Amino acid sequence: MSFFRQALTVAAKDLRSELRTKEALNSSVAFALVILLLFGFAFEPTEEQTRQIAGGLLWLVFAFAGALILNRSFARELANDCLDALVAAPLSGAALFLGKALANFVLLLAVELISLPVFGVFYDVNWTRQLGPLMLVVLLATWGLTVVGTLFSALTVNLRLRELMLPMLVYPVMVPALLAAIQLTSPLVMGAPLDAGLLLWLRLLTAFDIIFTALTLVLVETLLVR
Amino acid sequence: MRQRILIALSLIAALLLARNLYVILLQLPDDKLQKAVFRIIFFHVPDAWTAFLCFFAAMVASILYLTTKHLRYDAFAVAATEVGLAFGVANLVTGMIWGHRIWGTAWAWDARLTSMLIGCLLYAGYLMLRHAIEDPTERAKNSAVLSIIAFADVPIIFFSIKWWRQMQHPTPVVWGGGSMSPEYWRMLFLNWIPVLLLAAVFLAIRMRQEVEQRELEALRRRAHAL
Amino acid sequence: MKAVEAAGIWKFYGDFPALREVSFGVQAGSCLALLGRNGAGKTTLWSILAGLSRPGRGLARILGGDPRDQRTRARVGVLGHGVGVYDELSALENLEVFGRLYRLPGARRRALAWLERTGLERVRDARVREFSRGMRQRLALARAFLHEPALLLLDEPFTSLDDRAVALLQSLVREAITAGRTVVLSTHQLPEALELATHVALLVRGRLAYAGKRDSEMLRDPGWLYRQYGEA
Repeated sequence: MSFFRQALTVAAKDLRSELRTKEALNSSVAFALVILLLFGFAFEPTEEQTRQIAGGLLWLVFAFAGALILNRSFARELANDCLDALVAAPLSGAALFLGKALANFVLLLAVELISLPVFGVFYDVNWTRQLGPLMLVVLLATWGLTVVGTLFSALTVNLRLRELMLPMLVYPVMVPALLAAIQLTSPLVMGAPLDAGLLLWLRLLTAFDIIFTALTLVLVETLLVR
Repeated sequence: MRQRILIALSLIAALLLARNLYVILLQLPDDKLQKAVFRIIFFHVPDAWTAFLCFFAAMVASILYLTTKHLRYDAFAVAATEVGLAFGVANLVTGMIWGHRIWGTAWAWDARLTSMLIGCLLYAGYLMLRHAIEDPTERAKNSAVLSIIAFADVPIIFFSIKWWRQMQHPTPVVWGGGSMSPEYWRMLFLNWIPVLLLAAVFLAIRMRQEVEQRELEALRRRAHAL
Repeated sequence: MKAVEAAGIWKFYGDFPALREVSFGVQAGSCLALLGRNGAGKTTLWSILAGLSRPGRGLARILGGDPRDQRTRARVGVLGHGVGVYDELSALENLEVFGRLYRLPGARRRALAWLERTGLERVRDARVREFSRGMRQRLALARAFLHEPALLLLDEPFTSLDDRAVALLQSLVREAITAGRTVVLSTHQLPEALELATHVALLVRGRLAYAGKRDSEMLRDPGWLYRQYGEA
């Protein structure tokens, strides 16, 4: 159980630290809102067009804005060599990783929950009609993006061009999760219930989450020890 | 000795290719449904199989590196990835040439080509990551982790793109599906042999180059230290 | 049982050996000063002992166990070049985080006690970002000593410490040695460090050129070792 306690300690530390500066959170929310606004301005989609692109728009916004949060995740440990202090402490790489992934999950979720109402206003969409299933999809997809993104944050932490390399490396990996999220979100956000044909995407998303949670927990220790 | 083996393999590959080209261009009748340009399939498909095999080999080498720490496996992994990427790009180019002839458009979001494109992006990222890390041991370790994650994602990407296209276009795009004559199938496998041989030769050359590059780096460091 | 044992350690950067065949032992209750020029491999060796990196070849044993073993790490205190404390958290919050990660019962109580010991109790709720350099270093010492580790690994701990922090560090190290704990500190031949040391080891270009007791000769003329063992 101390594994989870340590993970929660790391998560709480990250969240407390982030909420004090709100650097990543503010820039992420601002970025998301600006893209939503610009897109509406550039394309002026009709209701039918919005129905078709809603999922794609939302998840691209979340993926781009999410990169700002993910980048900060391990980068925040570089100042004062805190990463060394953490790796030397008696906690497993997996616990450290899980803590950071949980913190990122909460932050990304916050960005999404702020963006959805804004999307609803700018695009004149009542997005709460299928709130339950929509939230399920948001939670599953956000975890998938978070767990892969946090690993890549660890992978790129020491690189010079980290802010550029992390998105370039991680987006191709995220394609299946993004695709599933988009297919599921488009109908749900416009109020249409999920039909049986779309359950396939839900299964894909769940499988993606399970596979990559396991894989990243196993591989992260290797990344952290030089 | 090694040099002689490589030259011998190259000669065999060249001879087989010459023989196959003769058969492909002059002896095989036109396919019933497709035009003459369909013959490009004899390179298009083996390129994909070869790329896939190379990426798999790179993953295995990466796992072996992480467990044994012998840098030879890292040299193999990068060589296999580069060769795989080359054949992946060849697959994309041949696919686009054929597509342009048959459909009038170079890119029609065909499921297999799209998956290959994402795969190429993944592995291009692997090469970019390597370029960004200076320390050879860190480079080997981090790219090994990326290689494992990338290959774990390859089947998921493949299926997600396939289902996505199936949902959009329920009628399958005719692209070398099961409706090929047996002579074509035979030539398909027959032409895979010289392609594989070439891949093996390129891999061996690249691997040797990587090993020597590393030795040079070490000598340079040693010279600086003096 | 020795507190630290290194047997034939090699560390490679690609094909270049940063550490070659390094073998030595440190008895419990002693203080080893690890000397060497920049680039000699002190920090590389320190990170292997601290469990931050793995040797390419050879074995390191810390308190009888593997440096990466969690039970071992729980008994080791580590201080590197960076202070290892979070700017956005308060002094108290920092120590509580590490107290919890080190699974200390009564982490808060321990944290408060160490804040007093290091003279930071008045600023315990202030963010580290507002601290002076000397205050950060004292907090770093509190973090490293918080869990009463049996072994302390300090990488150039005297570098740019103010006099108050130097005095604190010296008293903490002396206390640790008196209590039978072990200290390994790497240093640039500073008199303050050599004073504390009971033993000395010299790294020259990745090799261990000398390992033995620290005698008064070295204290009087710290450069002697360097001249004696090949570094002009």
